[in-house]
Amino acid sequence: MTTRREFMVGVSGLTFGILLEGCAATPEARERSGASLAQTPAGGARAVNAWASLSPDGTIWIVNPAVEMGQGSQTAIPLIIAEEMDADWSRVVIVPAAPDDKVYGNPGFRGLMYTAGSATVTGYWDVARTFGAQVRRVMMENAARLWNVPLAELSTEPSTVVHAKSGRRLGYGEIAAVAQLPAVAPAIKPEELKQPGQYRLIGKDVMRVELPSKVDGRAQYSIDVQLPGMLYGAVLRGPVEGSAPLAIDDSRSRAIPGVVSIVRMPFGVGVIAETPWAAFGAKDALGVTWDRRARAFGHDSARAPALYSAAARDLTRPGKPWDSAGDAPAAMQKAAKTYESEYICDYTYHAQMEPLNSVASVSAAGDACEIWCGTQSQTMAVAAVAKALGIAPEKVKLNLMLLGGGFGRRGHRDEEFVVDSVLLSKEVKRPVKVLWTREDDVKNGRFRPLSVHYLRAGLDGAGRIVAWQHRVACDEITAFQDPVRYKGGGERDFLAMAGSELRTYDIPNRLSEQLPQQTGIRTSSLRGIGFGPNKFATEAFLDEIAVRHGLDRVDLRLQLLKDTPRGQAVVREVVAMSEYRRARPGRGLGFSFIDYSGTMLAAVAEASVDRKSGKITVHDFWLALDPGIAVQPDNVLAQTESSIIYGLGLSLTERISFKDGAVQERNLRDYGVPRLEDIPELHLKLLSTPNRPTGAGQMATPIVAPVIASAVYAASGARVRHTPFLPERVLTALG
Amino acid sequence: MAVTFTVNGRPVTSAAPEGTPLLWVLREELKLTGTKYGCGAGQCGACMVHIEGGRTFSCLTPVSSVQGKSVTTIEGLSPGRLNALQRAWLAESVPQCGYCQSGQLMSAAALLAANPRPTRAQIRDHMSTNVCRCGTYPRIMRAIERAAREG
Repeated sequence: MTTRREFMVGVSGLTFGILLEGCAATPEARERSGASLAQTPAGGARAVNAWASLSPDGTIWIVNPAVEMGQGSQTAIPLIIAEEMDADWSRVVIVPAAPDDKVYGNPGFRGLMYTAGSATVTGYWDVARTFGAQVRRVMMENAARLWNVPLAELSTEPSTVVHAKSGRRLGYGEIAAVAQLPAVAPAIKPEELKQPGQYRLIGKDVMRVELPSKVDGRAQYSIDVQLPGMLYGAVLRGPVEGSAPLAIDDSRSRAIPGVVSIVRMPFGVGVIAETPWAAFGAKDALGVTWDRRARAFGHDSARAPALYSAAARDLTRPGKPWDSAGDAPAAMQKAAKTYESEYICDYTYHAQMEPLNSVASVSAAGDACEIWCGTQSQTMAVAAVAKALGIAPEKVKLNLMLLGGGFGRRGHRDEEFVVDSVLLSKEVKRPVKVLWTREDDVKNGRFRPLSVHYLRAGLDGAGRIVAWQHRVACDEITAFQDPVRYKGGGERDFLAMAGSELRTYDIPNRLSEQLPQQTGIRTSSLRGIGFGPNKFATEAFLDEIAVRHGLDRVDLRLQLLKDTPRGQAVVREVVAMSEYRRARPGRGLGFSFIDYSGTMLAAVAEASVDRKSGKITVHDFWLALDPGIAVQPDNVLAQTESSIIYGLGLSLTERISFKDGAVQERNLRDYGVPRLEDIPELHLKLLSTPNRPTGAGQMATPIVAPVIASAVYAASGARVRHTPFLPERVLTALG
Repeated sequence: MAVTFTVNGRPVTSAAPEGTPLLWVLREELKLTGTKYGCGAGQCGACMVHIEGGRTFSCLTPVSSVQGKSVTTIEGLSPGRLNALQRAWLAESVPQCGYCQSGQLMSAAALLAANPRPTRAQIRDHMSTNVCRCGTYPRIMRAIERAAREG
């Protein structure tokens, strides 16, 4: 029998427990915790409901509040806690947090358990360190009591309290066995946290805990879940959001062997079968007539840009303000010279490698449910399931699995792909694994919207930019993706508009505003959110201003960054590493800078353009970034490589088109995801500075389109202003 | 009509309808879930297995076509210990989300089996069959070079 003591620290939910016995962690348990977030480790840790637990054998269980989709947070957050605990990392076992916003919510997302926006390390940075330091302090206070020495004479080494004067040492496990816990957690002042020079774990690379399971097929995603008696589900959704079946002909579907049930759903038709293959066949064999009441019918992505452009350019139409400083319209009027330009970004799709899927087992009475899924928000998933069944969230048991990619697709408030499995399981009273085919994943996708950007800039007589206006016409995102956060956040469409503010640049009068387009198209956050389109527009426009006004594009950025030394540093670094001033015959060099939520990035691309075909080849790509403290430096580089390549696809090949509101692309090839043969040589430089971490998971994605546009102009004189830069668009721009 | 073949050296029989792709038999019937579904159309390589030693899209292979043949999945690539490629994959920290990596490893293993010292151009050409949406391509390149070097 396990005896267990724990205490809670404050309302932010800093809690830890000490397991007095019965909690021996095996290497297998450690492996398992990496292989699957859904596994709970062996022994007494099953009862862990806190941030960390220590057992007498020296094992330290640390709770991970984030989801793992390849970005490394499952390792990084526990590592930060372990750093301030001074824990022996080799004795740490990571366990998934229970879905409870009050205890585990990300302070960077208003207390929501939500892994997105490269905001996990950033958001948990203070609480994770403080909590770790509290555990360390309690270990030291206990040692001081046991040895009857002043606290000030003690120090720690990994998982050990040391009294240097007498040479005595006590392991955390030994202390845990006899520890007395204070009624109130010790207060830790910010200055009592470690300084970067004292770090043993942060800034040193450790292997991501789940990595070994990802080279031999053991890693468990929700698509891999197998349950006794489980059936398979497929769902045919309407061609557009909000359409419903009017008439269903399922005669051919029912004739397929293995089909168990066909279910009318509010938004489509569900099929339940003995095998995935039967479910897919039956779904494809359905004949459904859809109502046409939904708004998105008629939407045509080839015609839409002209409409959006008209809205963006009509200055008599007030936009929804996003960011402003000074008086941009007045300063524009007084400017010695003004420029204007327009940029377009097409709809784009996440293409996470694991098509959406979920497993649910609803109780026969429909009053409880267990789910296995890969979501970016544990608590949103539980809430959505509870709502769908009309039960309390406590009646939903979540098994969080590894995510086969997220990129913003799996954090919608309605968690529709999870609810699919719940509705079908409820229907047949058996566990159901709902699988979206890749075609479903494309067709039912939720996309980064089409956006048209109309920009104006005013320069004074000295060639200084004194006025800036950026009008973004695009489908709304936040209101669709997350009505709760939209309403709670002042109805600001931050997923679309973020990045249009230019706070780092020394431009005294600025205005960015949105012209929301009501299309009814399903929209979503996508890696880089609004920074993607908005930084393309602003940086490409700066590149044009520089050329048209006879300014050097690098000097222009340095001048705009006159109050931002860290920005200047990455600019100078990338200029040096790329030998930017050395001409490359037949090729062009592009340059760009962005500040993404405090992470500074500058990039140079070397590209050539085939004037016959219009094809762009990016040969080399240099990037320098300063994300503040890099918790896992090699992982920051990996994420940066990843976000550059993601940005490359968005810039050159990827687009979703609509006719009559329906998606035209079908699978990965016609959508156009990059492959190894499409990748330039990457040259990265991480300039880690001892500043608060500002994020690394997606920061490079938005810089790719403008730096390539800049390189294309340098190589060919063509201004490409519409992503993706398809060959036909390049040919048009070449004239 | 039941189909009999071997998977990772073990004889198996499937009664799945003959048009059923091998992928779904492996995953849902034989519970070998390391082989992944990504596109169902031979466009991404997440489902890559070896049939008679050659890499094959299991999503496009009807189970009936492997009667009497030998199939190897990621679980059988190097049972019990990591091979040079898998060790190189860890040394270069290749996987991110990891979902495509079984297929990447099966493709890479087929390459090195046929060509133990491939050039970068050969690696690029061969591995462009597989998609990694996390963009681990530079590390895949490095890991294959490392495995070829370190054997």
